[in-house]
Amino acid sequence: MSKLSLAVELAGLGLRNPTMNAAGILGMSSHQLKRLYEGGAGAVVTKSLGKQPRNGHPNPTIVFVEGGIVNSMGLPNPGAEYFKDEIKRLKAENIPVLASFFAASIEDFTYLASLFTESGADALEINCSCPNVGREKCMLEADLESLEMVTKAVREASSLPIFVKLTPNVANIVEGAKVAEENGADGITAVNTLKALAVDINMRKPILSNIIGGLSGPALKPVALRCVWELFENIEIPIIGCGGVSNWRDAIEFLLCGASAVQIGTALMDHGVEIFKEVNEGIRRYLEENGFGGVRDIVGLAHET
Amino acid sequence: MRREVHRVIKVEEIKQEAEDVFTFYFKDDFCSSASPGQFIMVWIPGMDEIPMSLSTINQKGVSSITIRSVGDATRILCQTKVGEKIGIRGPFGNGFTLKGSKPVLVGGGTGIPVLYPLASRMLISGVKPAFILGARNVEQLLFKDRLQEILDDLIISTDDGSLGFKGYASDCLSQLLREKQFDSIYTCGPEQMIVSVFKEAEKRKILVQASLERYIKCAVGLCGSCGIGPFRVCKDGPVFDSISLREMMNELGLRKMDPSGRLIPIEK
Repeated sequence: MSKLSLAVELAGLGLRNPTMNAAGILGMSSHQLKRLYEGGAGAVVTKSLGKQPRNGHPNPTIVFVEGGIVNSMGLPNPGAEYFKDEIKRLKAENIPVLASFFAASIEDFTYLASLFTESGADALEINCSCPNVGREKCMLEADLESLEMVTKAVREASSLPIFVKLTPNVANIVEGAKVAEENGADGITAVNTLKALAVDINMRKPILSNIIGGLSGPALKPVALRCVWELFENIEIPIIGCGGVSNWRDAIEFLLCGASAVQIGTALMDHGVEIFKEVNEGIRRYLEENGFGGVRDIVGLAHET
Repeated sequence: MRREVHRVIKVEEIKQEAEDVFTFYFKDDFCSSASPGQFIMVWIPGMDEIPMSLSTINQKGVSSITIRSVGDATRILCQTKVGEKIGIRGPFGNGFTLKGSKPVLVGGGTGIPVLYPLASRMLISGVKPAFILGARNVEQLLFKDRLQEILDDLIISTDDGSLGFKGYASDCLSQLLREKQFDSIYTCGPEQMIVSVFKEAEKRKILVQASLERYIKCAVGLCGSCGIGPFRVCKDGPVFDSISLREMMNELGLRKMDPSGRLIPIEK
């Protein structure tokens, strides 16, 4: 008997399975991203790229807490121009690539969207939700008006599938998703990290150099699931679930709540790149054992009454 | 608690190794069970957090790091007094794997203390290593007395010839390999030295394990800031064997990732 296929169609992208890395996880070079793909990811997501190279915040940039980690890397990245060749190297090997990017002006969003489209990326992921650079008043943690302008501008600049990655640090995540959908987004990635802080009682100081960072890992999962649930109830475009996926059960939970694919990040700390294979094998087993024909059959299934 | 969690240790003892090099001794359970070659992240609040390989592992419950004052963070660290606190997390990375029965260790500069716990571990397992101790001059021969106490086969090499072999530690190794048989080489030090040692070993088909250094941020293999070829120094390393070293020859000694992730030339 041939193995059940895990292939999915995601906003026009055909992927061999519904898993990918979360932006910021091992996306600094084509070498690293290739390793994720070889580890079993269905697609890879670049480090969030800006117009200029960026060193990010000074260390400590990560702190381990109960249920996950808090990071404030501060969007270090080699710059979009530099990364063009890295994307080309991945495309030479037929690896599906989502280019994640951020900018401080509409003009730059347009510029970057065109640049990544020309480089051969398969899709774009707009990072308008990093919690770690708020003080710089970029278009991050975007308000609805900025979100509208950014999505519109990127839509005009590119014909690729566009995913908008949203923050959970809002009272109502559906509002932003609707704005993105109305202005041409093809999908939503939910969610980015949850604003957080860790303090050391002996030094009597916050540990991160940036003081505030973003929580990821198992502690974020219930929040992310709630967001995916609410989005599925209110928008039509597909959702990529992200937040605390550590094993295949977590991935199934996201699919049942309405995600069409999942991104994995923090779990690589304990499980390495092999986690993609483990998650995919687990999803396949679950589908087979429960008599489903494919991933699509369980997307949003928990919503059925 | 997991070893990844930040914690604060008290400096128990300090030993000055050279004009600008100090060893800080402390007690920490996680470090006590570390493997030779593993590193910890050392936190200086308000300043930085930097990777440091352990230079002593569990000698009666005490471990250590050995620091050269080269930048802002290490300068502040080197001013730490006995009884004062340092933040740490770890140990991280893979550490050395004990292989072979006739090993030679080649340490250069602050790479020497990294190999000290390895030499101790080899002796415990009944293997007597040769050790080439390399430095610019006699004042920079770190851990010479401690190594002399435990090893029979200690070879001194200084760039200026102020003691022992005159020249680079890698040249000293070439000479030694012409005279004696070894089945494995362990090395840590300046990257150019590691490249020379590795090339010499490849010529003679001897397996190498080398401890490498890169700009490390997360230390747990997530962020990719310490990439070298397809590898992460913090998680796949810091110790790499010959098979991995061969895969990174277009970067080793030539290029390194800067904090933004761009590959930039290594100054020679």
